[in-house]
Amino acid sequence: MELNARVPAGPLADKWERHQFDLKLVNPANKRKFTVIVVGSGLAGASAAASMSELGYNVQCFCFQDSPRRAHSIAAQGGINAAKNYQNDGDSVWRLFYDTIKGGDFRAREANVYRLAEISVRIIDQCVAQGVPFAREYGGFLANRSFGGAQVSRTFYARGQTGQQLLLGAYQALEKEVQRGGVLMNSRSEMLDIVTVDGRARGIVTRDLVTGEIESHAADAVVLATGGYGNVFYLSTNARGCNVTASWRAHRRGALFANPCFTQIHPTCIPVSGDYQSKLTLMSESLRNDGRVWVPKVAGDQRSPDSIPEPERDYYLERKYPSFGNLAPRDIASRAAKEVCDEGRGVGPGGRGVYLDFAASIARLGEPKIAERYGNLFDMYQRITDENPYKVPMRIYPAVHYTMGGLWVDYNLMSTVPGLHVLGEANFSDHGANRLGASALMQGLADGYFVIPLTIGDYLANAKLAPVGTDHPEFKRVEAEVNTRIGTLLGSKGRRTADSFHRELGKIMWEKCGMARSASGLKEALARIPELRAEFWSDVKVPGTGAALNQSLEQAGRVADFLELGELMCRDALEREESCGGHFRVEHQTDDGEAKRDDSRFCYAAGWEWAGEGAPQRLNKEPLAFENVTLSARSYK
Amino acid sequence: MQITLRVWRQAGPTTAGSMVSYDVTGVSPEMSFLEMLDVLNERLINEGKLPIAFDHDCREGICGTCGLMINGVAHGPAKATTTCQLHMRSFRNGDVITVEPWRAAAFPVLADLVVDRRALDRIIASGGFISANTGGAPDGNAIPVAKPDSDSAMDAAACIGCGACVAACPNGSASLFTAAKVTHLGFLPQGQAERYRRALSMVQQMDIEHFGSCTLYGECMEACPKEISIDTITRMNGDFLRATAQPPVKEAASAGI
Repeated sequence: MELNARVPAGPLADKWERHQFDLKLVNPANKRKFTVIVVGSGLAGASAAASMSELGYNVQCFCFQDSPRRAHSIAAQGGINAAKNYQNDGDSVWRLFYDTIKGGDFRAREANVYRLAEISVRIIDQCVAQGVPFAREYGGFLANRSFGGAQVSRTFYARGQTGQQLLLGAYQALEKEVQRGGVLMNSRSEMLDIVTVDGRARGIVTRDLVTGEIESHAADAVVLATGGYGNVFYLSTNARGCNVTASWRAHRRGALFANPCFTQIHPTCIPVSGDYQSKLTLMSESLRNDGRVWVPKVAGDQRSPDSIPEPERDYYLERKYPSFGNLAPRDIASRAAKEVCDEGRGVGPGGRGVYLDFAASIARLGEPKIAERYGNLFDMYQRITDENPYKVPMRIYPAVHYTMGGLWVDYNLMSTVPGLHVLGEANFSDHGANRLGASALMQGLADGYFVIPLTIGDYLANAKLAPVGTDHPEFKRVEAEVNTRIGTLLGSKGRRTADSFHRELGKIMWEKCGMARSASGLKEALARIPELRAEFWSDVKVPGTGAALNQSLEQAGRVADFLELGELMCRDALEREESCGGHFRVEHQTDDGEAKRDDSRFCYAAGWEWAGEGAPQRLNKEPLAFENVTLSARSYK
Repeated sequence: MQITLRVWRQAGPTTAGSMVSYDVTGVSPEMSFLEMLDVLNERLINEGKLPIAFDHDCREGICGTCGLMINGVAHGPAKATTTCQLHMRSFRNGDVITVEPWRAAAFPVLADLVVDRRALDRIIASGGFISANTGGAPDGNAIPVAKPDSDSAMDAAACIGCGACVAACPNGSASLFTAAKVTHLGFLPQGQAERYRRALSMVQQMDIEHFGSCTLYGECMEACPKEISIDTITRMNGDFLRATAQPPVKEAASAGI
């Protein structure tokens, strides 16, 4: 399959402007004749649903949570980037574009990233107008901070709850449209499959999570904004409900899955405390602005942190990356933490932790200033660990946080299934092999507020769709497949819970396809995962029925899809014989242990194509052409 | 640690429920309350029984999905803490812990500890927003907001919509939830155009949803995991009074779409 990204011609800075003119429009009076399904109600989904409804489209929005406001965007803490240059520190659209391309280790599409940087400024304006309470200076103007690997202050924030406030803005816009009658909201409704008619996405099949009813919904186009797949690792910073099912079902219906091995391990999370652990909690990396990361110089040093004198501490990020220091990008900071722990210098129970120490900042700025900046994070840390971070250094360790890979989309955010569009973390387009801090919120909202409302019109105006209802045989066929699958899960009557399989898969993924990957480890995982999947289908135990609220059944369906995705991630990681961004192959590193990219062989996005049950997916390549930036080694030293 | 749980079990929205006791052993003080329930559920499934249904998602205290009455207290004994952030170190070996769903007329039980809170969404839909369609916004710095106002707006905006205030209120009122949104938007210059109309619509919607009236008990503020102040209710009442004192707004016929 040829992957045509349909990037508009012309100079980089003019592409989007010109493309907006070239996009076909749907007459205002005709928009209400089109129905668009939006799956997911996070930043991307809610903003898309609200904005398309405002334009006049009929929107049906679905989420599995009890309310659209619960989507996991809500947990983003740190902030959102925008090239406003309010601080007069030399920021620009070009600089944000360049930082994002470089941060992604030159594995993202130039044109998409430039558009993202361009749109970033309008997002802030839109959110302010909606009443998002961004932090302010005393003069009443918006405050900024520097964040995760940026040397300018371009991050807008609302205390440590930026994602929450942005999501509530989008959610309120969504509810406004629900009230007006433009959006029909379906909560506690999980998409279990996508329906294509004549090769085009024409609807979805869902399960009502309260009644268990399997329902079909027809539309003229489908938009997936269903988030990332970090929970394939079982333990991650994702909410427990985050899953890959919507994306994976779309993949099985023909949407290519791009760069699945590009996952982000976030350096600042609270370490694991026991086997019962159900999730990992992120401590915003904004903490690295004022916290210093260190471990003892000598392996096995069991002294309490306050009794280890300065000369016996290794501030390893400051030592290895003098210009970025504690603010080194996420992938680099995470690997560095793993290295010192592998050397036996980790701290805390189990030795998988490093200190994040605020003593110097508290001495310099005073405790009240630190409390103003990070109070809620410190409180959260204390609630979880029972330790006071004002007195004792925090202990942190990397955890899976974000997935850069996702369904392949073209410049219009359309997947390889015509009519199926993918937004936000669910697509692969903007972050390459590593995402910079404060860029996820930016991308979700750029896609939802400003890209899809325009590009969907172009699709609908060109598609010449025949009317299709849920009585179409394709809907009946897919419904039957969904019912069969649920029946199989409930009927297997095995011995193990879905959770126990999930934990086992997660352990394999973390060890073999986590922060450091080797060909031998990946091959072991590729041998083990299909076995585990077979065991799952023969030995899973799902209590209850399909005709009522059944959380075990929901979980089992999601684990089944993770068991397929995990294998594809390992194949992708094995295929990509280079190190780039969050993908670190131990065979490909420089003498001092940094990632070694291979632009001659791997300067492409890998798009994996479903080839049928039991057959390995086919690899398609979208070559990445860099016309405006020079590929360089990514150095933060 | 070993504890005994008394849990509300209810098969579905229309079936009768009852309290059922479970002994839970091997509880670690470092576990969260929900992780303790996970451990129990894993055991129940292995014993061929139905696990306890409960709502949860982010497990870091921000999404507002979880919420249990623990020993009669919304979100349990720890101050300013959601159920998912409550840890077992708050309990002692041998404790008997009673776990119930949110209890309120406007939150019907769907199963076990899961309730339907869509009434809160409908309150937001009735006016808890600023009508700013995508695209027409001026530059972010074109609307300066005094820092104290911005901070007050943020204090109120921190509401996670969990419904603990409703569950804790002897009247089953959603006043703290509604007032938090009225206050958040009412403190901002962007929110002024719809300020009084917003308060009016949202208060009316509360009544339609069968939430009780507010008599300023203050239980809501005690239960709120985000420590939203009851002062917000005073503000809401002020805005509501002013709205009702004004002549009814004549709605212009909407043009276009």
